[in-house]
Amino acid sequence: MPAIIRLQREPIAIAAEVEKLVGAHKDVGAVVTFTGICRADENGAPIAALTLEHYPGMAEAEIARHVEEAYARWPLLAALVIHRYGRIVPGEDIVLVATASSHRHAAFAAAEFLMDYLKTRAPFWKQVESAGTTAWVEAKSADDAAAERWSAPPPQRDAAK
Amino acid sequence: MTSGTAGQSKKIKVRYFAWVRERVGKPEEEIEPPAGVATVAELMAWLADQGEHYAYAFENPKVIRAAIDRNHVRSEARIEGAGEIAFFPPMTGG
Repeated sequence: MPAIIRLQREPIAIAAEVEKLVGAHKDVGAVVTFTGICRADENGAPIAALTLEHYPGMAEAEIARHVEEAYARWPLLAALVIHRYGRIVPGEDIVLVATASSHRHAAFAAAEFLMDYLKTRAPFWKQVESAGTTAWVEAKSADDAAAERWSAPPPQRDAAK
Repeated sequence: MTSGTAGQSKKIKVRYFAWVRERVGKPEEEIEPPAGVATVAELMAWLADQGEHYAYAFENPKVIRAAIDRNHVRSEARIEGAGEIAFFPPMTGG
């Protein structure tokens, strides 16, 4: 299970990371990358920054469990999850997920699966800083619903067509 | 007095994150709950009784998530044998 899982404070060198991930695999035909970016507003109000708190040790372990599950569900050749913590200003990246496979379907599905689970299961918490005050971001039920759809038996979306 | 190991109280490392940490006022501590505290839900109820900061942190235990030894658990999970228990709000990463 070739996977890169890393937590870091620094911005993510997206192109270099993806190049490293795919470089060694000659049978890769599709790479999907997802980058989560810090928006300039939260619920319509401008923000100065986000601060991400995490549970060291558990965050890596939880991401690894989901990467393992992604490998069990789809024919992946490589996977990468890099998540930042600390203070992040609007426009900066927060998370990078990349999945590589021979064909696009597995790469798209696995990337979406990993992101849906990261949102609801990986122990990270966002705090918003705006106009001198701070507030914890509340979990969204839409994110729970997005993760929930993967807990049904393996996706039949293509077969249904 | 207890006999044998069953029901004997034992020190547990507890960690708090995000607003649970802010309300409790510390990121981690060692606790020694009494022998009758067997589940995560019971531990939250016991913690809520340990002073006003704890009462505030655990006033709505239904919204608080828990992990035992870095694995998510439900509130009915038993805490016996746990090395580290963490309490935190629903996660908002990604």
